[in-house]
Amino acid sequence: MAELARKSKDFHNVSRGWNAVLHLIAGIFSFLCVFPFIFVVIISFTDEKTLATDGYRLIPAKWSLEAYRFVFESGDSLLRSYGVTILITLVGTLISLVMISLYAYAISRKSFRYRRFFSVFAIVTMLFNGGMIPTYMVVSQLMGLKDTLWALILPLAMNAFYIMILRTFYSTSVPEAIIESARIDGAGDFYIFLRIVLPLSLPGLATIGLFSTLGYWNDWFNALLYIDNPDLVPLQSMLMRIESSIAFIQQNSQNSSLSLTALQSIPQDTSRMAMVVLATLPIIFAYPFFQRYFVQGLTVGAVKE
Amino acid sequence: MAAFFKNLVKNKVMLFMVLPGAVWFFFFSYLPLVGTITAFKQYRFSRDGFWASIVRSEWVGWDNFKFLFSTNDAFTITRNTLFYNLAFIFIGLVLSVAMAILLSELVGKTMAKVYQTGMFLPYFLSWVIVGYFAFSFLSMDRGMINQILGWFGMERINWYSEPKYWPYILVFVNLWKSIGYNSVVYLASIMGIDKSLYEAAMIDGATKWQQIRNITVPLLSPIIIIMTLLAVGRIFYADFGLFYQVPRDSGTLYQVTNVIDTYVYRGLKTTGEIGMSTAAGLYQSVVGFVLVMVSNYVVRKIDKDSALF
Repeated sequence: MAELARKSKDFHNVSRGWNAVLHLIAGIFSFLCVFPFIFVVIISFTDEKTLATDGYRLIPAKWSLEAYRFVFESGDSLLRSYGVTILITLVGTLISLVMISLYAYAISRKSFRYRRFFSVFAIVTMLFNGGMIPTYMVVSQLMGLKDTLWALILPLAMNAFYIMILRTFYSTSVPEAIIESARIDGAGDFYIFLRIVLPLSLPGLATIGLFSTLGYWNDWFNALLYIDNPDLVPLQSMLMRIESSIAFIQQNSQNSSLSLTALQSIPQDTSRMAMVVLATLPIIFAYPFFQRYFVQGLTVGAVKE
Repeated sequence: MAAFFKNLVKNKVMLFMVLPGAVWFFFFSYLPLVGTITAFKQYRFSRDGFWASIVRSEWVGWDNFKFLFSTNDAFTITRNTLFYNLAFIFIGLVLSVAMAILLSELVGKTMAKVYQTGMFLPYFLSWVIVGYFAFSFLSMDRGMINQILGWFGMERINWYSEPKYWPYILVFVNLWKSIGYNSVVYLASIMGIDKSLYEAAMIDGATKWQQIRNITVPLLSPIIIIMTLLAVGRIFYADFGLFYQVPRDSGTLYQVTNVIDTYVYRGLKTTGEIGMSTAAGLYQSVVGFVLVMVSNYVVRKIDKDSALF
């Protein structure tokens, strides 16, 4: 009987040989996707002098922790960038969740007289935009946000696409009957939203929240446009700025004990890679969450009203 | 008028809810539309702010556009934007669908999950990080590829100043970053296919290959068509990070790495040709708008539920 069950299971599947081939292809591609990160980790643990003679090696002749020691000792600019990124990610995600969930709820309610107007008002922004330069002018000249943290937070706060995803989520996961009965019991719109709709749409909010978190964490573009002040540079943008020269750290380091000779022996290449690793680690740790909710979000977004 | 105010009062809670978002859209989406008028002006920055700069700049009509299209740049950036996107869309489509089908056929679902986890990783990394990854392979004196070339006694290649390799590099890097994510989208809809169809096919003696060709692919085609059309609608917009970070903004590569978005950015930050760059941006928005409308119209014809609006 067990034999038969196994046989019929085999019958559904590709043959043993093909299965091995498929595993090999998927395995290799999957490895290729992760490999560059592993490679950069290895480089960051390589001795700087070995690097100069051998180049980037998978198995370096000499390992070293020097890069990390340097980054932690003189890297108050790294710490500050971490701080900036964490701050804008937290505040930004919060602001965008509040704005998006409210907006999406209002245009999902049939009792809202102006729902069509505000739906169109949002959708139009997906179809046509003024482009980079006019936006830059509004943000920097009209709103005066240049060299402020708001320039890193506000431009990413809203997104018509997320509104549409969340509106769909409300309409599929919050039954109209519940809202109606709450209304009959005398609950106001805002109360219904806060006490009934939000708790029922937590998975949808989590998805949008994660999209938003990732967007803020990985953003360098707004810093490229709006930030000159080295104290306000977020993590990704700092990685860009050290690309050409590690002098950025030297300039901004409060650590005056670094003498000129010490500066010359700075592990440039390896400490750059060490910072790449340190900037990526939080994403690697948060990865299981991300993956789960992203897949969920994708399937949510696929169903539309 | 009185009725209008009465309606406002009646809807005040809802209006209050859309207010923050509507204000945001006004400032970040609608005011910039007003700013596009700069495309028809000889832009001169004024200390008195946004409105003064626009109003006081001299009106030059279509001159910015004429000048833009009289240069080689307009052709180069349009060609690069279109051809790279076409390559991304079609090669990406074939590989992601193939990978999704492959994952769905694997025996041993735990390993399939592991592979998927690996493939999904690049999607979560910023282009800055990916730029560093690329550099660890392509660096002239230390990069892995040049070392491998060295073992075979071949000349080192100065990757960041040789335009001829970059179309392949950019397509490769983009596919590397996006295939995992896209294959998950397709895999989700393969999982939704009714299993009894495959059982019926097997009883009729269909091979695995025939099942894939006659069941999986036809049932996937609506989502394939929709994803592709939506991508075609955005074909005039390039991924700024890919074209800016991965080639490390190398000037010798502009011929093959400059796209509309990077051109506009450089106009703003480097060359200072504000009027012409705004014109290029407006050209992108208008053509992009037409393409989105057309592709959305086609999507609507095929499947009303999948259309953007």
